[in-house]
Amino acid sequence: METIRDIKRRISSVKNTKKITRAMKMVAAAKLQNSQKKARNAKPFFNRTRRILSDVYKFSQQKDDHPLLHKSDGDHNLLLIISSDRGLCGAYNAKIIEEAQRFLKENPNTEIYALGSNARNYLKRRGHVFIKEYEQIDDYPGFYFAYQLSEEIIEIFKGKKFKQVNVIYTHFKSAISQKVKNITLLPIDADEIDYELQEKGEDVSEEHVDYIFEPSVKKILDLILPKYVSNTIYSVLLESKASEFGSRMTAMDAATENANEMIDDLTLSYNRARQASITKEITEIVGGAEALK
Amino acid sequence: MAPKKKIVLEIITPKKTVFKEEVNVLEAPAVDGLIGILPRHAPLITALKTGVIRAVMDDKERFISISEGIMDVKPDQVNIVARTAELSENIDLDRAKEAKERAEERLRESSAKIDHARAEGAMERAIARIKAADKHSSQYY
Repeated sequence: METIRDIKRRISSVKNTKKITRAMKMVAAAKLQNSQKKARNAKPFFNRTRRILSDVYKFSQQKDDHPLLHKSDGDHNLLLIISSDRGLCGAYNAKIIEEAQRFLKENPNTEIYALGSNARNYLKRRGHVFIKEYEQIDDYPGFYFAYQLSEEIIEIFKGKKFKQVNVIYTHFKSAISQKVKNITLLPIDADEIDYELQEKGEDVSEEHVDYIFEPSVKKILDLILPKYVSNTIYSVLLESKASEFGSRMTAMDAATENANEMIDDLTLSYNRARQASITKEITEIVGGAEALK
Repeated sequence: MAPKKKIVLEIITPKKTVFKEEVNVLEAPAVDGLIGILPRHAPLITALKTGVIRAVMDDKERFISISEGIMDVKPDQVNIVARTAELSENIDLDRAKEAKERAEERLRESSAKIDHARAEGAMERAIARIKAADKHSSQYY
């Protein structure tokens, strides 16, 4: 049986844990707010770039010959996985890994481009091929980082080894609800963009606009398609981070709640044990007094 | 006389919408030279290089330094998306000058393994910012 001292020690240890989980929850909540703000500020930029891209695509003639708009002849897939570097964020990484494994099973010829150490460590142990790994992703990833990544990935894609580039990331719905998504990063499907814009209720230019393209359609596409890719990467990075914080916040909230419950239970048994020992002492004293009579 | 036609100029970066106002005329650094846009310009999409945008309004001129981007011109509206953009009055001239010197230095010691394109980009950006800030101050002082 646990002695009173044991119980007391456990109570104080649970209390300490609770302090940590509560602090982590508050930190995650603050960071989540920051991430959300960043994502909000970037929205107009994304939408505008998409609009321009969709216009260029629709209203130009020689659109079909750009390499970033077509699957290349390669027979490999490239998979970009965005997971977290740190743990203690509930099922966040487990869900990403699950989705990744499903994809890897369907497409055995896949090589991985990993951001964040969690999914990387897991998949590496299972012998998957990695071409690049990034760790210690900034809590608020900058646009420049996304831009560099996109340059690298486009360079790899142009090497024609990979027919397609996919991204697995966590879509941020709200602080308590996130969903793992698998999207195609390259080749860019311009019709899809137009469709998405329409779905969002953006006023897509219906009638034909006779655009002048300076200096040429190809030059513009050369500029805007990579921009679109870095946009997409930037937005999935922001969303993934927001999801990580959201997930950590809920997990730590639950942990704090559990710690509270545990403290209540332990306090109850502590009081019981204390009561029992007092009763025992009294019985002993009374018994001793009786014996002396 | 009917009220003068104007263009809504909007400059957007990933961080925020830097500028959104009605302007009479604007001048932008397209890849093949400076172009001026008046109201009711024909639809045009063009690539911009790092440089300064001049926006003329009723009573003043504004200068905005941008790093390479894309401009989408419609008769009554001009949208610019750029990686970075700064209003001239927000530019710290000393910092820009320092950045320029740093970039110059890096370009000079080209023997060392440096990212040449990156240093040149930094140089261009610094020059654009200094230009924008200079124009701003010469206008007011």
